[in-house]
Parts: sequence; C-alpha cells; structure tokens
Amino acid sequence: MYDAMIAETVQITGHGGDAIEAYSARPLRPGPLGGVVVIHHMPGYDEWTKEIARKFAVSGYNTVLPNLYSREAPGASPDDAAAAARARGGVPDGRLVGDVAGAAAYLRGLTSSNGRVGVIGYCSGGRQSFLAAVSLPLDAAVDCYGAFVVGTPPEGSPLKVGPLLDRTKDLSCPLLGLFGADDRYPSPEQVTELEQELKAQGKTHEFHTYEGAGHAFFNTGRPAYRPEAALDGWQRVFTWFGRYLAA
Amino acid sequence: MCTYLTEKLEISGSAKGPSGWIRVSDASVYFDHPVHASGEHTLNIDFLNPPMGPSARVAVELSAESARALAKAIAVVLDSAPPGLA
Repeated sequence: MYDAMIAETVQITGHGGDAIEAYSARPLRPGPLGGVVVIHHMPGYDEWTKEIARKFAVSGYNTVLPNLYSREAPGASPDDAAAAARARGGVPDGRLVGDVAGAAAYLRGLTSSNGRVGVIGYCSGGRQSFLAAVSLPLDAAVDCYGAFVVGTPPEGSPLKVGPLLDRTKDLSCPLLGLFGADDRYPSPEQVTELEQELKAQGKTHEFHTYEGAGHAFFNTGRPAYRPEAALDGWQRVFTWFGRYLAA
Repeated sequence: MCTYLTEKLEISGSAKGPSGWIRVSDASVYFDHPVHASGEHTLNIDFLNPPMGPSARVAVELSAESARALAKAIAVVLDSAPPGLA
C-alpha cells in the first residue's frame, strides 16, 4: 500500500472567523478519505498529540489538530500556552465548538475528503469531543476519559464549565467512550450515569472501562500509560472510525 | 486531576529563565499533571510576567512532599530573619 503522508502546520478558520494554528496530517492519496479532528488534552498542543494526528494519517485519515490555545499564546511553547490558558480558566465552550466546526470544515474542504468527519479528544478534550458531537453535525465521536460531561468541577475551580448530560439528546453521531476504572475525573459512577442517559435517549454508543487503568492511560509519555488498555483502546478507536468514517 | 484548580496571586520579585532575569508580577499554584517531572501529580508553580506574554514564565514542578518541605523552609527562613526585615 502506498503510505506516504504529509504533516504540517496550517492555519484554519476557527470560532468567530479567527485564524488559528492547527497541525494537519494527511495521507498523500487521492481518496476518498474520512477525516478526524483531534482535540488535544489540557497540557496543550504538544508533541504527543501531534503524534496522534500522524497516527491517524498513517491509517488513512485526513487529520487536523487545532491549537485551542492559539489565541492566548500565539507562537508560545505548548507548556507555556497551557499555563496561560489555565490561568484564564480554560477554553470557553462556545469557542471550542466554533474551532471544531472550523476544523471539520477544513477537512471536508480537502479534495480527498469523503465528506465524513469524526472527532476524538483526550482528558479535557474528551469532554470537548462530546461537546462537539452534541453541538455539530458529525459522523463519529470518541471520548477518552473526559471529565465533567457528568458532574461539575470542584468548588473554587476557575474552570467555568457545566455538565453536558442534558445535551445527550442532541448527540449527532455514534459515540465511543474509553475510560479507566481507577479514574476519579470522570469516576466510574459518572461514566455509568452517562451511559444510562445514552441508552435512555437511544443513542448509538459503546463504552469500555479498563481495570488497572486510570486517567490518561493512552499517554505514552506519562506514568499513567497502561499498554494493555491503550493497545485495546486504539484497536477500538480504529474499528469505530472504520465503521463510521469509511467511504 | 485536570480540574484547572488553581490559586493565583500577585507577587513582587524577579525570576531567572532561559532568556535571563525577568520581573514577575503574578504566580499560579496548582496540583495537577506535570509536563516534565515524574509522578502522576505534582505541585506546580508558574512565576509570570503577563504583559511580556505566555513565554515569560519560570515554572517548577515538585513532588507533594518536596513542595511541603519547601513551603516549610520558606516560612522558617522568613520567621528567623531579623525583626523588621521580612
């Protein structure tokens, strides 16, 4: 199989018409190809998340990773940008939706696009993946251990986000959820509550909770990395996107 | 934790980073995943000069144990300074 790809920094049009930085990884094949928007974790638009974008491209997906901290810290290193975003209380929900909408439009506008776009996010990006999927017309979504889809941040937190459970009825696409049994944000009880609501609303979904894994078990650069959970999780992600994003 | 739980305070002083000394006017203190330190959670402090932009940051990531020891050491040193100086 011809497996050449390109990965490069691009500008896309985000929320409010803002030009924001993004990392685009695309197979050099004519297509038609599905597209994936990758939403980075709270530590930002970092090397690990760029690796994820390239992983999807290698597997045949046009992929774009918007830098959600573009506005707070243009040109800054990912850790400095994440620190600046943290100090301001994180990414507003409305802006996130606008940025993912812009990323999805970018993917659909590629000549190799098959018109289908999915979204995947990790950590805070897991919640944002769910938020995008209840706010935008998408074809598949993956929530990797996103906190505060159910429940609210602890009292005193500068993070101004509310729960999204009541938005479940608006979910526009099938949802895959991957969680760690040892995680507290989200807790297994919160994951169960979300799954019950998905069932109640008749939404196509598949949830997996891995024993012996906690938050961020996909992250190869952290002590939280759990190879067994991550390997199984990746297989499920590619099965999911293969089912719903293929031409 | 990924909660953005952060204590912010105004400070007065200087800090030295890769580009040399900068005045710092703000600090963020939080207990969360580190960028570089080992360990799942660390006590992180950012010393900042916001008008100079996000890169004007001197950051430390400490284990909970060492952060508590540091806080104690700071208090001991300040408390033992001659009267009227600290």
